[in-house]
Amino acid sequence: MHVLAAGLEPLLIARWQFGITTVYHFLMVPLTIGLGPVIVYLQSRWHRTGDERFYRATKFWGKLYLINFIMGVATGIVQEFQFGLAWSEYSRFVGDVFGAPLAMEALLAFFLESTFLGLWIFGWGRLPKGLHLTTLILAIFGSVISAYFIIVANSWMQHPVGVELVNGRPIMNDIWAVLGNNTAIWAFLHTLVGSFAVSGAFLLGISWYQLWRRRRDGIDTIGPDNKVIVGENPAIPGRDKADHALWLHSLRLGAVIAVVAFGLLTITGDQQGKLMFQQQPMKMAAAEAACDTTTDISLLSFGAWNTKDCHTVTGVIEVPGVLSFLANGNFSTPVQGLNQLVPEYQQKYGTTVPNDPSTYGAAAGKTISYVPIMPVTYWGFRLMITFGALSAIASLVALWLTRRGTVPQAKWLMVLAVVGILAPFAGDSAGWVFTEMGRQPFIVAPNPTGVDGVFMFTAAAVSPGVSAGMLLFSLIALGSVYLALLVVELVLLFRYVRGGVASAIPELKNPPGPDSSGKAPDDVLAFAY
Amino acid sequence: MAEALPTIWFVLIAILWTGYLVLEGFDLGVGMHMLVSARSEQDRRVMLNTIGPVWDGNEVWLLTAGGATFAAFPFWYASLFSGLYIPLVLVLLGLIFRAVAIEYRGKGRTPRWAAFWTWAIGLGSFVSAFGIGAALALTTTGLPLDANGDIVGGGFAWFTGYAVLGGLAVVGFALLHGANFLALKTDGPVRKRMAGLAWPWGWVALLPLAVWAILVVVLAGRWWTYLTLVIAVVCALAWLLASRAKREGWAFASLAAFLVFGSGSIFASVYPLVLPSTLDHAWDLTVSNASSSSYTLGVISVVACVGLPLVLAYQAWTYWIFRKRVAPSHIPPHDVVEPAVAPTR
Repeated sequence: MHVLAAGLEPLLIARWQFGITTVYHFLMVPLTIGLGPVIVYLQSRWHRTGDERFYRATKFWGKLYLINFIMGVATGIVQEFQFGLAWSEYSRFVGDVFGAPLAMEALLAFFLESTFLGLWIFGWGRLPKGLHLTTLILAIFGSVISAYFIIVANSWMQHPVGVELVNGRPIMNDIWAVLGNNTAIWAFLHTLVGSFAVSGAFLLGISWYQLWRRRRDGIDTIGPDNKVIVGENPAIPGRDKADHALWLHSLRLGAVIAVVAFGLLTITGDQQGKLMFQQQPMKMAAAEAACDTTTDISLLSFGAWNTKDCHTVTGVIEVPGVLSFLANGNFSTPVQGLNQLVPEYQQKYGTTVPNDPSTYGAAAGKTISYVPIMPVTYWGFRLMITFGALSAIASLVALWLTRRGTVPQAKWLMVLAVVGILAPFAGDSAGWVFTEMGRQPFIVAPNPTGVDGVFMFTAAAVSPGVSAGMLLFSLIALGSVYLALLVVELVLLFRYVRGGVASAIPELKNPPGPDSSGKAPDDVLAFAY
Repeated sequence: MAEALPTIWFVLIAILWTGYLVLEGFDLGVGMHMLVSARSEQDRRVMLNTIGPVWDGNEVWLLTAGGATFAAFPFWYASLFSGLYIPLVLVLLGLIFRAVAIEYRGKGRTPRWAAFWTWAIGLGSFVSAFGIGAALALTTTGLPLDANGDIVGGGFAWFTGYAVLGGLAVVGFALLHGANFLALKTDGPVRKRMAGLAWPWGWVALLPLAVWAILVVVLAGRWWTYLTLVIAVVCALAWLLASRAKREGWAFASLAAFLVFGSGSIFASVYPLVLPSTLDHAWDLTVSNASSSSYTLGVISVVACVGLPLVLAYQAWTYWIFRKRVAPSHIPPHDVVEPAVAPTR
């Protein structure tokens, strides 16, 4: 390990490790947050109407939800620990303000989420119906407020507020400013609706597969009036008439959620962008490849991106005025470019890293580069929007394609619908990579209207006692375990999807015989591991 | 009041760690017993379903202890976690495997699938119990920290006899506590076998924890921690009598009380130190030099006052809901998921 790590900077490995583990964790999180409320809706519809399809939908989506949820739990523990593990200097610097939302998240959100989800899973058949639904609502409420608290913590790194500087450290003096940080409010809403975009595509893609399967197996057909004729196949557990109603409902529900979520994503994203032009102008200039102060937006730019002086970036397609509109709401107020911002940053935060290798490692004494890696910010920003928009357009098309009451027979459309599940995941990941890498070289970005001196360079944040070899060990260990478990999760998701609704309701496989009472003995658990 | 806040938070963090050990202690133990004490697949499923509804809620005690340490004592959090980098990464890997295994174990088609995840649960429980025990022991006996609070001496500088002692202490306690829990929460062969484990294995399992507690208490030499230690010993004797009399509820409660007083004696003895430096006591981390500002401590105190009683109430209610013993006859047959697809023509 030492040989491998020779020549590698601990900082670089630590950043890759944080990036990989966090993006990975955020594959599971949006599905948990987005699907949870959908299941609450389905279960409450079932309670109210007694309609079999809502019961089945609750069970089926609940099963997939749990297969995914556990991966979020398992990888979430790493998130809570890794600030102290690899980023001890960061933890020391920000602990007075950053630790509080993490402690609140654990105490107020995680306990709620985990305890009540356990009650919901094992509460089938044991708890009265209303109480059983309440346990799910409380668990999902826990998930949502945990998102709020962790985004409060993250937003403090983007836009530090509510602190004063005491002996060179930020000390919290206003918790309400921290909890009410405008960056946090909009980022939370944006993340929340982004999670619904994920669950919408998930519902749509999987329901599409089920309806396609029913047509493929000759269960559903299209009649002479161009409407679906719903059939059943008693030889396949669960493939009855209620099955069709379940999937058609879930498909349409998913499409509507995805479309509405995208609308809300543009609104919340626009508000975030406007704030970010004020709070981190460098990030936004880099996102737009705006080298010089301008009012125009770039739709396509090329150039030698890594030359950070920005003189080689060429705008290929530019639309006048739109950048100003996005940033300021009018078409004429110019937005500052990178070439104008860099001298400002140099004047405020220095031109070179202090020559102190014990704090800054290999970065000590070097010129500070204030421009984030532009291909990442520029394309990250555009990929986020593109994936989100694609998913919404596809959902609209899906609503039209299913107007006959089922899906077309074409296999490629089904494959597209299933692969399309990945689009909002990719959009979410691109958005996070953009906003976190756009904050560099700062780990705590300075607040232009905040207290002077409250900022931290990422280079100064790693653990001095942790070597490159140790970091490489953990990166390889965590990375390979994460990869293997992703495969396992996908295998299980595929297996349960292919099993149809009977994979979540085993009773459908053994219909009660004439000589049995049709009910399981009272003391057999409705659910058991 | 403001001067007392760091001490109050030291006590709260001691409570969180103790709560974690009492609660997740038994489910880590159950995890290990699934690997070493179960005789059949039915045994393993009975065991797993005793902790099924509650293990995740128990694990949050660990997250909360970590988060509260970060918020209340950032310097303690930073030095302890970065100093114990390798063992804590192993703990994380253990906890990841364990969590995923609990959920995925029953979702396979072959005995090999179940066997693999049984190993993941058993080894994952062992590694996390050992690592957390080592970490807790080292925070009471110290690490080679420099003036900045960073560990010196390389990636294994933490590896001492104390680390092993603490690791064995928590593993031993978890095994015994898990056995008590299974005796209390199951019916059938598992109950019988687990109730029979107390003698002579019980003493062996508790020995490392007892040695660690006595060591710390004697080194500190405070009269009232001797008193709590004596109470802990009384609890251990009560546990022995109860388990020999096959009074499963009393045995479980006595062992939990033993842990509470044992861990209380340890935390009380090391106060006001939170993480000593073995290089120079001038560099020791204490409740005063490692803590957050009074404002921050005040804020999280309010949150804890509201949150902690609520958590205790609804977790206690959960245990009440799932109070029935799990017997082999309660376990539904293993469900194999088959594709809902018409046979190809």
